[in-house]
Amino acid sequence: MTGEQIIFLVVALFTLGSGLMVVTTRNLVHAALWLIATLFGVAVVFALLHASFLAVVQVVVYIGAIAILFIFAVMLTRKELRDQGPQLNKNWWFGALLSVIMFGGLFALFRGWSGLSKTAAALPSDFDTVTALGNALVSPDAYVLPFEVASVLLVAALVGAVYVAFNRK
Amino acid sequence: MVPLSWYLIFSAALFSIGLFGVLSRRNAVAILLGVELMLNSVNVNLAAFWRYGDVADIAGQVFAVIVFAVAAAEVSVGLALVISVYRRRNTVIADDLDMMKW
Repeated sequence: MTGEQIIFLVVALFTLGSGLMVVTTRNLVHAALWLIATLFGVAVVFALLHASFLAVVQVVVYIGAIAILFIFAVMLTRKELRDQGPQLNKNWWFGALLSVIMFGGLFALFRGWSGLSKTAAALPSDFDTVTALGNALVSPDAYVLPFEVASVLLVAALVGAVYVAFNRK
Repeated sequence: MVPLSWYLIFSAALFSIGLFGVLSRRNAVAILLGVELMLNSVNVNLAAFWRYGDVADIAGQVFAVIVFAVAAAEVSVGLALVISVYRRRNTVIADDLDMMKW
């Protein structure tokens, strides 16, 4: 086992463990904090994949914005969060069964696929991932249209969020 | 070197955990937490296939960036809806929001 494999296993186990805590812990503030741990683990996985821009965006956007938004929402709806009653609905066993079937199905699908044991070729030494990604996002013959659509979607969603949550009194 | 299968199994496990959260939690904010886990596992998949395929073809990372934008939009609208519902109905339990059920 190489060092990279050991790092990957440690990070993956940490991430999956904190993911389990996100969906099972009773206190929602703790669930949001465990979500931050999970997102950080995924950022490390991006770094292991040499997707440096994605790793940084994961920390800045997910941990810096989305997780904080979750904590705000948890605190704004605080009254319902006392540890009263079950946190899981009465069909939770069905959800658990479906998730296990989902994982088993995906695993069975992987077993029958030949490309699975593929290892990555080393990155070319003169290849700059961030430059290539930036060029692809603004180049007219690459992905400028999806990029602009995503920007419009983000503006529309944020205006809509302000409108929906605005307190008219 | 880590084989591709490890990344795929990792993201499948993360996706299943998120699916369990979405299906089983009663609190609407916790359901959105589960959705976040699922979106993240998809991003791991996209980055892994970019890395193990043709590195010069950056489409996998572009797709992941757009998934980030969509996730941010989804979370802001979703939490705004939860807060709005909480103001009107004084509950965030998804089972109690059954006005449109008959």
